[in-house]
Amino acid sequence: MVKRVPRRVPLTFTGRTLVMAGMPGPHDIGGKKFGGGGQGGGGKTTGAVPRGEHVFAAWEKRADAINRLIGGGGKQFYILDEMRRTIESLSPKDYFSLSYYERWIRALEMLLVEKGVLTRAEIDGRLAALRQG
Amino acid sequence: MAHDHEHTPTEDGDHPPTEYELLERALRELLIEKGVFTAEDVRRTIDDWDTRTPANGGKVVARAWTDPEYKARLLSDSKAAIEELGFDVGPAPQIVVLENTPRRHHVVVCTLCSCYPRTLLGLPPDWYKSKEYRSRVVVEPRAVLKEFGTEVPDDVEIKVVDSTADLRYLVLPERPAGTEGLSEDELAALVTRDCMVGVTNANPPG
Amino acid sequence: MADAEVAYGFAPGQRVRVKTGDPPGHIRTPTYLRGKEGVIEDRQGIYRNPEELAFGKPGLPKKPLYLVRFRQQDVWRDYSGPGTDTLSADIYEHWLEAI
Repeated sequence: MVKRVPRRVPLTFTGRTLVMAGMPGPHDIGGKKFGGGGQGGGGKTTGAVPRGEHVFAAWEKRADAINRLIGGGGKQFYILDEMRRTIESLSPKDYFSLSYYERWIRALEMLLVEKGVLTRAEIDGRLAALRQG
Repeated sequence: MAHDHEHTPTEDGDHPPTEYELLERALRELLIEKGVFTAEDVRRTIDDWDTRTPANGGKVVARAWTDPEYKARLLSDSKAAIEELGFDVGPAPQIVVLENTPRRHHVVVCTLCSCYPRTLLGLPPDWYKSKEYRSRVVVEPRAVLKEFGTEVPDDVEIKVVDSTADLRYLVLPERPAGTEGLSEDELAALVTRDCMVGVTNANPPG
Repeated sequence: MADAEVAYGFAPGQRVRVKTGDPPGHIRTPTYLRGKEGVIEDRQGIYRNPEELAFGKPGLPKKPLYLVRFRQQDVWRDYSGPGTDTLSADIYEHWLEAI
């Protein structure tokens, strides 16, 4: 299924503000219920575990490789705990609507800017050029 | 315009790239241009990680089933015993093996993210990372296991292990009945990824 | 600064309660276990504090980590499985108190 190109998720620090303000991050989900609709007395039941086997897209394998090359096992621009913290700082909307590797690549982007490895201007400039094809 | 930094044999298909695929490419190109790594580094890393599969875990399990002294070493210092078989699982995170018995059945989860013994088994399946699995297996493990076709009798303890820190857990499933004559390779073939997470048992022979 | 020798405060078999609270930042103690009572199952090593590592701090002094075992009935009010079912998680010492 072709994914519609989504509106660019803006880089804001709202998520991190939430993290620092003491609200639990969206990731802390052991025992939480995810309801389908709001009908009938609010009985939320999370659905069955989705079982489709995911064939890794090439970009996802590359995202994984990039993380290994520049993270804790490689150049150590950041370590795993910082990566987790960054993913946890995503808004609940982003956390649950992005796929696993979409969250990772967003977090990679945020960390690279945070650590001063790349600038927003550089990233946005390259994205603009790539979009033009 | 820009020369092709990357030509992998597995390109992403015929759809227009999503914003996230473009982002991966933008970051990769910029990091290569800055000399942080090369395209060859990326390919080499992917190739290395392609060698890490559940089959590795299957060999460890099969050896433990056939060699009681190995099994004892595996349970007391899992990392060292795994490395005995030639697997490089790195200094961290630690891998710890949990033994299923007729009295106790383990199932592993990472409710907070997706911790998984990747250095041995490779990348985890989508279902392991899903909000459904992460949220439900801690509170209703028997119902979740039933979805995987696994019924655990009430007199067998189900022990859920939530990997919340730097240890990664690998389940050593029970050896199936009727496998007495099988070779180690034949036994390893009965071991699936799912039984090393604990949502299933190992496959029966034949 | 050299790592000081950090000693374990709890021993296997000891009953403990997970502290409550919702401090800001990166916490590896799941909400569903906060306030719950369990037993130290194993000593799991001494590690730099991930709550501080997550923000680029050194995470010293190191903290002891424990595998803590809970009866599922003590974790979930309406646990539907047998009373012998358990759940274990790796919890840092500063999140535990003796009971």
